Amino acid sequence: MSIPQGWEAVIGLEIHVQLATESKLFTAASTQYGAGPNTHVDPVTLGMPGVLPVLNREAVELAMRLGLALGCEIDRKSRFARKHYFYPDLPKGYQISQFERPICSGGQLTIRVDGDERVVCLNRIHLEEDAGKLVHESSRDRSLVDYNRAGVSLVETVSEPEMRSSAEAVAYMRALHQIVVALGVSDGNMEEGNFRCDANVSVRPTGQAELGTRTELKNINSFRFVGRAIDYEIGRQIAHIESGGEVVQETRLWDDEAGVSRALRSKEEAHDYRYFPDPDLMEVEIDDAWYERVVASMPELPAARRERFIGLGLTDYDADVLTQTQARADYFEAVNGQVHDPKLVANWIQGELLGALNAEGKEIEDSPVGAEALGELLGLIGDKTVSSKMAKSCFAAMFSEGVSPAAWVKEHGGQITDTGAIEAQVREVIEANPGQVEQYLGGKEKLLGFFVGRVMQATRGKANPQMVNELVRRLLEERRT
Amino acid sequence: MDIDIDQVAALARLDLSTEEREVLGGQLRSILEHVDQLSAVDTEGVEATRHPIPLATPLREDSRGEHLSHDEALANAPESDGSSFVVPRVV
Repeated sequence: MSIPQGWEAVIGLEIHVQLATESKLFTAASTQYGAGPNTHVDPVTLGMPGVLPVLNREAVELAMRLGLALGCEIDRKSRFARKHYFYPDLPKGYQISQFERPICSGGQLTIRVDGDERVVCLNRIHLEEDAGKLVHESSRDRSLVDYNRAGVSLVETVSEPEMRSSAEAVAYMRALHQIVVALGVSDGNMEEGNFRCDANVSVRPTGQAELGTRTELKNINSFRFVGRAIDYEIGRQIAHIESGGEVVQETRLWDDEAGVSRALRSKEEAHDYRYFPDPDLMEVEIDDAWYERVVASMPELPAARRERFIGLGLTDYDADVLTQTQARADYFEAVNGQVHDPKLVANWIQGELLGALNAEGKEIEDSPVGAEALGELLGLIGDKTVSSKMAKSCFAAMFSEGVSPAAWVKEHGGQITDTGAIEAQVREVIEANPGQVEQYLGGKEKLLGFFVGRVMQATRGKANPQMVNELVRRLLEERRT
Repeated sequence: MDIDIDQVAALARLDLSTEEREVLGGQLRSILEHVDQLSAVDTEGVEATRHPIPLATPLREDSRGEHLSHDEALANAPESDGSSFVVPRVV
């Protein structure tokens, strides 16, 4: 959606990422998804009197990894705070979160929209525990509470309000998702709620420095919904102001089916959460040895990998497509490790492989043709055992029937690269078509294709096309003298 | 030191009578006044105390432990349907 002339939208995102830990943030209860209601709970989860939270080391480490990847400053002595509100999904009446000393501050994320690169600054990343899940039974006027998710470790990544369109917001969300998955910080499964986005949206007349009143769109769990929800909200606010109204600071829920958002509740002021340092927990101290070990273990990030692919000679576009998911990039590297021809490998992955996968709605992880098999096939093109055209037929058989390239070549025969054999075939075709030869010599050079076609037909497509081309031309030209 | 007893009560979901508001408001005010004496101390250049105990918070390894049985988990629920806690409808 384009924003009407004279207006500017301001968008900030708060993204909750569930960390890939086995146990909860402050207790040993399981984080596994999909268990029966209230089976992954223990006294700490339920907020029983007298229990004490004990921090999960792995959760701290994963938060640190994300912070390092995003260029944040890591607070080596962060603190936990209690955030108070009453809601049935919160067993203790407060959520353990971070307030004054979050584990990560600052940092930035590079996004690309329509080929343009932009840097979005981050405000902070903090650790906190998740709440339980509510199921509303409106017919019986009651709600059911499942505390399995309560206490599961999250990081909340808070951007500065620096995005100006839904496209930028979606690009930000995708870029962050790619990073958390690449780092192993989270499974990033959006259907299971591992990656949830709240969007703060406001509008203002272009050129006005002061921010407009914002509304918060809660819990949007898909890239597509985020784009639609933000577009709707921008349009709603502008229409409201233009008709003389004022935007009210409130929380809104997106209803994708109806294509509208609805006010949920007026946003409580920040101080109403009555944050204070949690006396049950002391400083989270990250000593030098720990910090250095995590720094040393950081993998290559998608953006760096993209740059490296461009350095191999791939175009920006190719590098984008191949680094869209980690599995794709891994696949490319595995094939290229065998073939050492980045452009050829990129073309085959994007053309044949992704084409075939798309047609079946599959991801590269589930490809029936593994990286090793594709590498083997491309190797056969390289040593001229098969032509690219034959390779495509071979690929189709590999994809649908699981045959190996070697078996296919054994069955169908390889490419004919023997000059003598091709030359004999070319001569035969020339002898058989005196009329076309005469026309060719009379200046109708386009007929070259006719002869090449006949030779290919006679060899059932197996003659090396380049050699056929050269021989046809040479033998025809010989007739001039 | 002033305090809005009504706001504090509303945040804590407490329904106070007029008398209780008088009594509790007074008590809270005297607590705040007592603590407020600290502001008389010159803390220029003194690093803020973040916790009275100068220790790092202990960490545990990321492994799974025991869960409560389903019956135990729901034992204190004012109402349950056998698998979930049941509360008055919230939305």
